[in-house]
Amino acid sequence: MDVKARFNVADLGQADAQPMVFAHGFGCDQHMWRHVAPRFEDRFRVVLYDHVGAGGSDLGAYDPVRYDSLAGYADDLLLLCREMDLRDVVFVGHSVSGMIGVLAAVAEPERFAKLVLVAPSPRYIDDGTYVGGFSKADIAELLDSLESNYLGWSSAMAPVIMGNGERPELGDELTESFCRTDPRIARQFARVTFMSDNRADLAKVSQPTLVLQCRQDVIAPVAVGQYVADAIAGSRLVLLDATGHCPNLSAPDATAAAIAEFVSD
Amino acid sequence: MPPRLRSPSLSATSRPASGDADSNHALEDFLGALAGDDPERLYDRAPCGYLTTTADGLIAKVNQTFLTLTGYHRGHLVGARRFVDLLTAGGRIYHETHYAPLLQMHGSAREIALDVVCADGSRLPVLVNSVVELDGSGRPSAIRTAVFDATQRREYERELLRERQRAEESEAHAVALARTLQQSFIPPAHPRIPGLELAAGYRPAGSGAEIGGDFYDAFEVSANDWCLVIGDVCGKGVEAAVVTSLARYTVRAAAVRQSLPSGALATLNEVLLHHGSDRFCTVTVLRLRLQDRRWTATVSCGGHPLPLLIRRSEPPVGFGRPGSLVGLVDEPEFSDTTIELRPGDVVVVYTDGVTEARSPEGEFYDDERLVAWLAEHPGSADAVAEGILREVVEFQSGRPRDDIAVVAVAVPG
Repeated sequence: MDVKARFNVADLGQADAQPMVFAHGFGCDQHMWRHVAPRFEDRFRVVLYDHVGAGGSDLGAYDPVRYDSLAGYADDLLLLCREMDLRDVVFVGHSVSGMIGVLAAVAEPERFAKLVLVAPSPRYIDDGTYVGGFSKADIAELLDSLESNYLGWSSAMAPVIMGNGERPELGDELTESFCRTDPRIARQFARVTFMSDNRADLAKVSQPTLVLQCRQDVIAPVAVGQYVADAIAGSRLVLLDATGHCPNLSAPDATAAAIAEFVSD
Repeated sequence: MPPRLRSPSLSATSRPASGDADSNHALEDFLGALAGDDPERLYDRAPCGYLTTTADGLIAKVNQTFLTLTGYHRGHLVGARRFVDLLTAGGRIYHETHYAPLLQMHGSAREIALDVVCADGSRLPVLVNSVVELDGSGRPSAIRTAVFDATQRREYERELLRERQRAEESEAHAVALARTLQQSFIPPAHPRIPGLELAAGYRPAGSGAEIGGDFYDAFEVSANDWCLVIGDVCGKGVEAAVVTSLARYTVRAAAVRQSLPSGALATLNEVLLHHGSDRFCTVTVLRLRLQDRRWTATVSCGGHPLPLLIRRSEPPVGFGRPGSLVGLVDEPEFSDTTIELRPGDVVVVYTDGVTEARSPEGEFYDDERLVAWLAEHPGSADAVAEGILREVVEFQSGRPRDDIAVVAVAVPG
């Protein structure tokens, strides 16, 4: 199988060095890492990819059955690692990809050396005393708002929104695809992401793990980051002085510095 | 010489000298009165909500229109809330996963649909445009956001969505109906013929919403006397489906009274002519009889490809004589041909979905390819029927444009 085309893989940095695999979260694509990943290219083999259904991935490979749970995405990550023969992997996952990495690392622990979970959440919906930050009704509302936005972002509209280059350095290829997804795929990915519950998987993680948490994040609040760090034995929690859910975009310096310190240990 | 064009200045000292002097004068007075509009007033009374936030989204400045739309007091918002805090939970997730990344990467975002939670808890559907201001070193310093009330537009969009969902449901319903109907053109399960192997391959064309006219049937007339039928009604759609069902059941009924296949075809011809439909069809009827422990096959073809006989160490060959199309003329010509089947013989009947299959390059699969394939792939009835179907679907790169039906009968031994 041509995994490079299927996942729109970018294979950068030092070919013989330890691999660092960067996975994007729900919403956009691998370009979320463009201010962070290049800083590791001098010492690592840097592998970026798009989940099937996002960015430049092979949309034809989208299978609603395979991708009806995060396990399908974790299988993809393992497939990618096997086909590219990546071992001793440092996995960096943003948002939902944190849990995708956790599932993959639990399934094939020998393949992963370290995990970096950026703004992770093992469960978004409140449950008893667990505070995930959202109610079930909130998630239903999200699916609804996706619907209304994708109505406006029909295939005819999207290029107008994305293509007007006020930041020309990003290039056409990026503006064409960034944050654009097939509405049906986005809806299923949203449902799979925000209905998931991976709290029980955290304790099974055996790799040294770094949890990067933003000071103000409406999707993954500080308490959730703390929960993840508490549940993974020996993990380290770093609170970034950043707001929002995407420190890889809003605070790339701090994000890269924290990762660099962790991977050079 | 044309008059020298004046610059379109509207200051008091340089009025246009000619043209619509009166209307220009009125416009000038109007603009003069507007000069009383200070920037604050322009800002506060703009016909859209207007917000300025820090790069982190903290509200630094907000106009009166936004406050009026949402019912907040300025003091509730400025320096206290972020724009994302004013959104519904679903909107917050959308903002953080799509809107904010887009702004950070692209510097602007337009026509994003969100719901603002107003001071009284009600929801205001809005469309939002934002641009990022950069400081001297190119870092984001502020975000300017225009907020448009989209209540009516959102209601209209919901109607569109409901209509789309309804359309999708009826399409799914139509597909299910077509599939069910199409499945009635073939026996629900192959009958077991003692002493013979029977196998079939059947694949309707297209996406499934359209009904094709290929059918086949295999049934017992009496002990050791079996009838095998394959046919193709011209055209597609509901009318073709009605004729297909009619054809299948007419042959079933006729075979009981008519011992020769040509008789069954003649009855079908008559029924179709009196049915009132313009549809005609091609049909092959094969009568398989066991007498004195030997199988015979009697065939009559009505405009249909001849059956092929595959006999060990002999090239596959058609048998029977071509006859008229069925349901077209008053005095059709149908004849019967009987052959004796030997152990190891395989008889194959098929529709033109096999031989008239076209490759993406436009080449026909044709009779020669079929005969060559059969010569190279001798096997059981199952292997032959499944093999031909697979071969023909692959020949068309997996996307057949016509129905395909293949039935194979083998004498074991």
